[in-house]
Amino acid sequence: MFEKLLVGGRLYKAWILFLLVIIGAGVVCYLIQFFYGLGITGMSRDVSWGLYLANFTFFVGVAASAVMVVLPYYLHNYKAFGKLTTFGEFLAVSAVLMCILFVTLDLGQPTRILNIILHPSPSSILFWDVVVLSSYLVLNLIIAWHILNAHRHGEKPKPWAKWLILISIPVAISIHTVTAFIYSGLGARTFWLTALMAPRFLASAFASGPALLILLCLIMKRFAGFDPGKDAIRKLTQIVTYALIITVFFFVVEIFTVYYSQLPEHMVYFNYLLFGIDGHNALVPWMWTTIVFWIAAIALLLIPRTRNKEKILIVALVLVFIAMWIDKGMALMIPAFIPSPLGAITEYFPTAPEVFITLGIWGIGFLVLTVFYKLTLAVNEEVGDEDTAH
Amino acid sequence: MKVNRRGFLKITGLVVAGIAIPPVFKSFARTEASTSLTTQSQSGTNLAMVIRLGICPDGCTDCIDACNKVHNIPDIDNTNHEIKWIWTEHYENVFPEQQSKYIDHSLVELPALVLCNHCDNPPCTQVCPVKATWKREDGIVMMDYHRCIGCRFCMAACPYGSRSFNWGDPRPFVKEPVDPNYPTRTKGVVEKCNFCEERLRDGLIPACVEACSYGALFFGNLEDKDSEVRKLVSTNYTIRRHSNQGTHPKVYYLI
Repeated sequence: MFEKLLVGGRLYKAWILFLLVIIGAGVVCYLIQFFYGLGITGMSRDVSWGLYLANFTFFVGVAASAVMVVLPYYLHNYKAFGKLTTFGEFLAVSAVLMCILFVTLDLGQPTRILNIILHPSPSSILFWDVVVLSSYLVLNLIIAWHILNAHRHGEKPKPWAKWLILISIPVAISIHTVTAFIYSGLGARTFWLTALMAPRFLASAFASGPALLILLCLIMKRFAGFDPGKDAIRKLTQIVTYALIITVFFFVVEIFTVYYSQLPEHMVYFNYLLFGIDGHNALVPWMWTTIVFWIAAIALLLIPRTRNKEKILIVALVLVFIAMWIDKGMALMIPAFIPSPLGAITEYFPTAPEVFITLGIWGIGFLVLTVFYKLTLAVNEEVGDEDTAH
Repeated sequence: MKVNRRGFLKITGLVVAGIAIPPVFKSFARTEASTSLTTQSQSGTNLAMVIRLGICPDGCTDCIDACNKVHNIPDIDNTNHEIKWIWTEHYENVFPEQQSKYIDHSLVELPALVLCNHCDNPPCTQVCPVKATWKREDGIVMMDYHRCIGCRFCMAACPYGSRSFNWGDPRPFVKEPVDPNYPTRTKGVVEKCNFCEERLRDGLIPACVEACSYGALFFGNLEDKDSEVRKLVSTNYTIRRHSNQGTHPKVYYLI
């Protein structure tokens, strides 16, 4: 089966080469970080988490794409998603892999990572996040691989696969919830101290994950002759639209509580995020970009005339993806630290090596994704009849 | 049972992995858990510090210098990478909830000493995923530099900004002579004030308290009714930082 990976057009080879170059640059920068320490990043005593954990949080959301196709297909027998479940699951696998890399590369002493297993600490949410993320990774890997193989041999998936799929649904919800709890359980960081954190995570995840999945499907349609089906795309677009609207609604709700209550320890961080404090406004253009993108995307996705044109749909989905990346990334991570518990305003700017390491992990994610998608497409082609998938 | 080539390869792979994982696991997981430290603790003890505000003479850094010296704390110029165990901050930043525009400038900028509060209910120990930081029975919040994985969750959880992370190798920045009685740290681990637990073991008081010749610092056991700290705390108005957090800090400020 793997020999299929070596066969491909010019564009495919150029894409793989491009990813390998990006990954190579990331690896070199990581070696510098490994030997020098995290001091090569823009993080500081005051802003002790940065770009890595911002991306980690966002990609936990992307991993949700699987559940948004798996759930309608397996629980509600929504047939149109039949062709997409494997792609959704492999997207989840790649996203979770990226999450694990982001967290690991953020450690000051990465070689001691097994201490998390050797000294399990149930009181730490990070411990539980490791548990649910690795479970989700293993589940999706087994499920997608098994179904792909069954499809290849023209067999029905084994009954245990269905059980694993059913288990993977609550586990998918749990990875967002537990990741949100990492932040929302900290009394010291009032920016994160909101019960709305986990619902906000879920809502934005159900927008960003499926948005990326649709984009990937459209790319495969254009370059690999894969047809996801009109109904599947339409339904996924609806999911993105309403998840996006709920995300924006949650944001407004949050803003109301913070500004109407006038509690300084809640307001000050939103002031930094939305308006800047004393000329310190590194995140202000980013957050307003997000707000503009949200509104534009909602308009484009709600109006039938625009959302039914594929090119405009693509624009809308790209807006959703970028807006959610900012919102669940830097805009979530950084304001919690500014100002510091001692009132200091230390701004955070990622350094070049930090950006390259981050891009390197994106490269690894896309490479893994490309490999899985290429294999799935090859199997589909081999079997011929795509509609009999599972 | 029929085993085909593919199945054979899968099984062989699993067996090889099974043999290889334990030694790899062991080599990565080596830690030096300081069990000896926990045995030092005694119940009926709750160690605390009292700081008298507004008594420090201008520019005096005796306590800070003493701490830096005995704990081999690196002197790093870059404020983003600083390591601080005990230091001063403006009164307005230490007690932000006490702010008012009518407070005189000199009071607002009054230097107040800050350090780890050794909370009775520490959020940092709760979030640590490897138990590298924990509260001892005598109330000291400890750090194991050999177990810490450098995830910095404790720094996010601390409401006081009391924890520092080694963004690089601290050793080149440690001032000579290095004190052999306390370990220097490596890059990638978190550190903070330890109430001089290594000195308490030898029957000494914390270095900062010993170094202060102005009576600004007091240290002792709150559970002991005759201790100086207990008397000060029970008969004076004192404030603690962010007392609404439920962390029950054990550094009291006399006003």
